[in-house]
Amino acid sequence: MELMIMQWLAEPGLVHFLVVSALLLSLGIMAVLTRRNVIMVLMGVELILNSANINLIAFSRYTSLSLEGQMIGLFVIIIAAAEAAVALAIVLNMYNRFNTVNLDEIDSLKG
Amino acid sequence: MDLTAIVFYLFAIVTVGAAGIMVFSKNIVHSAFALMFSLAGVAVLYVLLYADFIAATQLLVYVGGILILILFGMMLTEQGFTQEFKAVTVNILPASLLAAVAAVLLVYSYVTTSWQMITPEERSETVYDLGILLMSDYILPFIIAGVLLLIAIIGAILMSTRLTAIKNQEQ
Repeated sequence: MELMIMQWLAEPGLVHFLVVSALLLSLGIMAVLTRRNVIMVLMGVELILNSANINLIAFSRYTSLSLEGQMIGLFVIIIAAAEAAVALAIVLNMYNRFNTVNLDEIDSLKG
Repeated sequence: MDLTAIVFYLFAIVTVGAAGIMVFSKNIVHSAFALMFSLAGVAVLYVLLYADFIAATQLLVYVGGILILILFGMMLTEQGFTQEFKAVTVNILPASLLAAVAAVLLVYSYVTTSWQMITPEERSETVYDLGILLMSDYILPFIIAGVLLLIAIIGAILMSTRLTAIKNQEQ
């Protein structure tokens, strides 16, 4: 049993990359949920997108998804670039209007 | 243990550790630089997966572009020197509970599933194949992505200039 685990650890395969991406995803969720600063929340979203990308590219190497996985990963990176530009424009707008970047102080929709 | 395993473990630790520093650091400038190390570690993981073009794109777009954008946003929205870039955390108990449960469930399901793997193809480079694929099967998503980037940039410029112009007129 111990020998099997040691052998499993010595050869990085699909599951190793998936475990790394799961850890990155949970850290990203943590960043999105706990920080008050909008820019920290955006950084958490970037972390989540990266963990999804690691999954796609690991599957593209080790399963029959082949190059299509890398293609989808490329489009995820493009969407992330567009998202970051628009989100930072929104953050600047928000800072101009409310003079704060803390998410819990912007509650004008609460009524 | 061969070289691939050593490189994988080294950069997996760099990636996850830098992400952890990013999440738990009080200073958001430190968080941004930890995020840079984490993204560079992800690029090395892509190289280990024989995705050379994606790794280069990751370095150019994320480490070179998005991170600079984040740093600019950070500098433009800090309120003088009194705040000292500190960031407050809220809801720490439920969020860490949710994150830990998500991580444990995901790792458990990843390890116990028997994936239908194939023996990895040995590729020297993927750029040629990706280019052919992009111009044949994925031509419509490619064009739509170009239009999306154009719209996003125009929208970002409009949003960040018009409101400041109105504000300046009122003064």
